[in-house]
Amino acid sequence: MKRIEAIIQPFKLDDVREALKGVGVDGMTIYDVRGHGRQKGHKEVYRGQEYEVDLLPKVKIEVVVASERVDETVNTIVEAARTGKIGDGKVFIFDVEAAVRIRNSETGDAAI
Amino acid sequence: MKMNALRRWKIPALALGLPTLAAAQEAEIDSGDNAWILVCSALVLMMTGPGLALFYGGLVRKKNILSTMMQSLAMMALMTVLWALYGYSLAFAPGNDYVGGLDYLFLSGVTMDAGGPAPNLSHYTFMVFQLMFAIITPALITGAFAERMKFSGMMLFMTLWATVVYFPMAHMVWGGGFMGADGWLPCLDFAGGTVVHASSGISALVVAIYIGKRKGYPGEAMKPHNLVFAFIGACLLWVGWFGFNAGSALAADGLAAAAFVNTHFAAAAAVLSWLLAERIRDGKPSVLGGITGAVAGLVAITPASGFVTPMWALVIGFLAGFVCYWSVALVKPKFGYDDSLDAFGVHGVGGTLGAILTGAFASEAVGGTAGAIEGNMGQLVNNTVGVLLTWIFAGIATWIILKIVDAITGLRVEEQDEVQGLDITEHGEEAYQI
Repeated sequence: MKRIEAIIQPFKLDDVREALKGVGVDGMTIYDVRGHGRQKGHKEVYRGQEYEVDLLPKVKIEVVVASERVDETVNTIVEAARTGKIGDGKVFIFDVEAAVRIRNSETGDAAI
Repeated sequence: MKMNALRRWKIPALALGLPTLAAAQEAEIDSGDNAWILVCSALVLMMTGPGLALFYGGLVRKKNILSTMMQSLAMMALMTVLWALYGYSLAFAPGNDYVGGLDYLFLSGVTMDAGGPAPNLSHYTFMVFQLMFAIITPALITGAFAERMKFSGMMLFMTLWATVVYFPMAHMVWGGGFMGADGWLPCLDFAGGTVVHASSGISALVVAIYIGKRKGYPGEAMKPHNLVFAFIGACLLWVGWFGFNAGSALAADGLAAAAFVNTHFAAAAAVLSWLLAERIRDGKPSVLGGITGAVAGLVAITPASGFVTPMWALVIGFLAGFVCYWSVALVKPKFGYDDSLDAFGVHGVGGTLGAILTGAFASEAVGGTAGAIEGNMGQLVNNTVGVLLTWIFAGIATWIILKIVDAITGLRVEEQDEVQGLDITEHGEEAYQI
């Protein structure tokens, strides 16, 4: 079992969700986050006072999938989220030790 | 100006051979005037709640919005009681050059019948109209000490400030004191450039310097948390200002219409000049700039609204946008004081500019007195001296009051409370449950 975390552009969320649904990944958790990699921020001015804003709004998608499905899932996310410009985001993959379905206590791959 | 409007009643009375005192005793409520001024009273109250509450509230950080709005609400409550008990008397009862007497203590002698300084109105109407000015003036000062003032300290400060500064100032200019039409330094102040804006503005600066900068200022970004609220508040201020200025004609007549038009024109011109200043210096014109410009124009036209022609109102507004922008964006950072919501930068500077320009641009055909452009340099001198005296009086009085309040309740919250936010620490509330 692996956890896939993808930080993407907020306007790409719908595309990524559609694409994941298309490969049978239904469950996910979405976070509104702020951050940046190499992407430059922007300048805001309030009554003559300038502020550099380099924490940009992003969306983080988290999905947990069976190990055999990792590559397919990651490729799906990357293709749906890509625009080709700086700021597209990143995907990280983590090990998951165990999973439990709350409704009926199922464990392992049956829980995801 | 309130006293000028009142003098218009004496002239026809004298022409009829009636002594003016008898004319006042036989005075009858003019229903149109009375209705209009009651509506104006409501408009001016709306300027504080929710106008100023939203304007200031949107400009502070999320953790402080309720405590900021609370300051406006508290003025609506506190000033009303003080005015009723003794404030109206100190401002408008017959007295000396500086303060009124106690004739109207507990509103004794003040009735629903025609009477008081405006015999065309119910005395209650005049009293309650003026009350709304007494409410908003101290509320303006709260912008200078936003996000760090103790509620208890603020209440004590405002009680003393109203008693020692506002009530006498209202008397000095409008209540028969030395800056009124019959005084030894007659100043033209139609609706409160000196009484309201210059006095609260300079007092605000003194408080901002005395209480010190917010923790983290100026390095830490303290952006307005809700410019939508600030926008709504500013529009309520603009509309409410028609009550503030046009109502100061104390009659539903041509002068009220003139003040209405001047008010609107100045606001409009100031929006444009502030946006222009931003476009030149900051690159992009902003909503915050536009609404601040509007307020600056409204402040500057306040003393002039019943004395100038509409073209000069446009000029006054246009100048106010640039001058107040300069004061907020250039002067404030240069000197480093934390006048958090620009109470001095907009009201102090704008009110002072407006007071001086009133002396410059007054037209006899409008409000009965000529200004410098019609050859009367003396009025320009008077208005300038008047506003300078106001700076000195209000500034020094505020400093003394601050020292007293600091010794009794203290002024500033503890540092960890300031960091956590005053909504929770002073009032036990959170504004947004989302």
